Amino acid sequence: MEFIELFILAINALRTNVVRTVLTMLGVIIGIASVIIIMSLGSGATQSIVGEISSFGANILTVQAGRNVRGPGGGGGSTVDTLVEDDVKALALLPNITSVAGLVSTNKQITYDGTAVQSSISGVEETYAQIHELSLSQGSFISESQVATRSKVVVLGDQLVEDIFGVDAQVVGESVRIDGKSFRIIGVITDSSSALAPLSTVQKVILSQNYFNSIEVLVDDSELVTSAETAVSDTLLLRHEINNVNDADFSIRSAQEMIDSISSVTGTLSAMLAGIAAISLLVGGIGIMNIMLVTVTERTREIGLLKAIGAKQRDILWQFLIEAVVVTLMGGLIGLSLGVLVTFVATKFLSIPFVVSLSSILLAIGVSTGVGIVFGYYPAKKAAALQPIDALRYE
Amino acid sequence: MSKTIKKANKKTTRKTIISFRNIHKSYQTGPITYEALKGVSFDIVQGEFVAITGPSGSGKSTMMNIIGALDLATSGEYYLRERLIDAYDDDELSEIRNRDIGFIFQSFNLLARTSVLKNVERPMMYGKVPKAAREAKALECLDLVGLKDKANNMSNHISGGQIQRVAIARSLVMNPAILLADEPTGNLDTKTAHEIMGFFKELNKQGHTIILITHEDDIAAFASRVIKVKDGLIESDK
Repeated sequence: MEFIELFILAINALRTNVVRTVLTMLGVIIGIASVIIIMSLGSGATQSIVGEISSFGANILTVQAGRNVRGPGGGGGSTVDTLVEDDVKALALLPNITSVAGLVSTNKQITYDGTAVQSSISGVEETYAQIHELSLSQGSFISESQVATRSKVVVLGDQLVEDIFGVDAQVVGESVRIDGKSFRIIGVITDSSSALAPLSTVQKVILSQNYFNSIEVLVDDSELVTSAETAVSDTLLLRHEINNVNDADFSIRSAQEMIDSISSVTGTLSAMLAGIAAISLLVGGIGIMNIMLVTVTERTREIGLLKAIGAKQRDILWQFLIEAVVVTLMGGLIGLSLGVLVTFVATKFLSIPFVVSLSSILLAIGVSTGVGIVFGYYPAKKAAALQPIDALRYE
Repeated sequence: MSKTIKKANKKTTRKTIISFRNIHKSYQTGPITYEALKGVSFDIVQGEFVAITGPSGSGKSTMMNIIGALDLATSGEYYLRERLIDAYDDDELSEIRNRDIGFIFQSFNLLARTSVLKNVERPMMYGKVPKAAREAKALECLDLVGLKDKANNMSNHISGGQIQRVAIARSLVMNPAILLADEPTGNLDTKTAHEIMGFFKELNKQGHTIILITHEDDIAAFASRVIKVKDGLIESDK
């Protein structure tokens, strides 16, 4: 028998009991819809995070002092003193490098009129605002001369201003005390909770050190980041007289690396959730097997008749197997549509990009067909193995 | 098959289609063995119209199941068209039922919620008849039983007598050697029953071999040969 004929037979058989067919499908519908929603929202969220990371500094390389110090704030309290001014100068001579700047960071108490807030303070150069695309809501950023003269000025993050001064306070010109020394506020940056001061001021006045905690390298083009990373690494290894890259006293992070690690985290999370959703597919599959077994029993006489008029075992097997697959495939397609619809609405509310990948569509179709085959096989085999005489006698 | 057969009950030079040689059939139900057929032998030749009769429990249904290759004998030999049936596997038996035997059952003859035409076409689907040829053949057979105009009706929207006529049409589509009818008039009123028997008579005249299982004497009377079965043995054959 031709495939299309079996397909038509299956549709006809399923149409005779629409309510049961729909209820049977429900497990697959829910399963497939949840997998689609989780996968799509997961990749939408990843895309949104990646987009944000890329927007500030896809072409920045951060050289962190110390071995393999990873993760946010990893180098904050570093006491490794190997990154020095000469490293910065050497890196600045490399090709395709726009600028190189040393960076120090520490955690200090900022006080104003009895209010004390613990905050991270970074010593930065005047180029920092541009590199990180910071936007100011008040005042101005640190100037070249302020870096050169170790001015005791500070730029505060708006969150920090809110914590110290309250909402919407105009703070430019006010003074705060950091580590017991008075700093004049010259500007406020948006979406930040840290404080920035001239590099030389933090390095010499607050920390009394000659080394940097990290060095930021701005590469001309994001395409060149990987080759620049190698050049930076080679230069520093040579300067620090280290032969083996595994013994390096620094680590280099790029936006790409962060994107990779975030993608891997969200990927793992999505896979985990999809795994849970897959359990509902399993339950749906068992439901289908159950109903197909009932169907086979109900249609025992029909099977007997078909065998009497010449149906072979495989004709019966295919008929019932296709029927199971049609149920799951239809469930899969409905689940897919439902999943896409829910994802669309959810992305509107969560304002993340609406992404439905071809792979998730193919997965939905593939998995639902697979569920039909796996869970439809046993009942179909059982139907096929019925002896015509037993089937015809069945009451 | 279109030759007119004058004396169907006479064993002439015509081919033997069915040959039972000392057929035994027993069923095992738990520790109890029930012997349904206790050594039955007979021949049926091409073109005969045979009625197998007997009270319920006599073994006539068992005989019909073995003749129809729906069940296998416990011992003895059954030759269908000179081939020993016992040697075949499940799928080969399906093929034999498809090509050599046309079944008409008492009830549950047609697939529910399926059109008359599709019901009649079904054996041809299993018999690998090209799709294009099926509809024409099915309509031809429906025409023979006078139901060509009901071809597109659903099988559950026609009368009992019409259902049996559709079953007859279906039994004919593969040009089988035998038509095997198991109590085909069991669910019909007398008038309709006689009408159906008239069809069988007509088909027999056209050369079809017909084996009819019945417990009603007036139905058996339509046949030209009556095999009476009692307690698993042939009581009379005339």
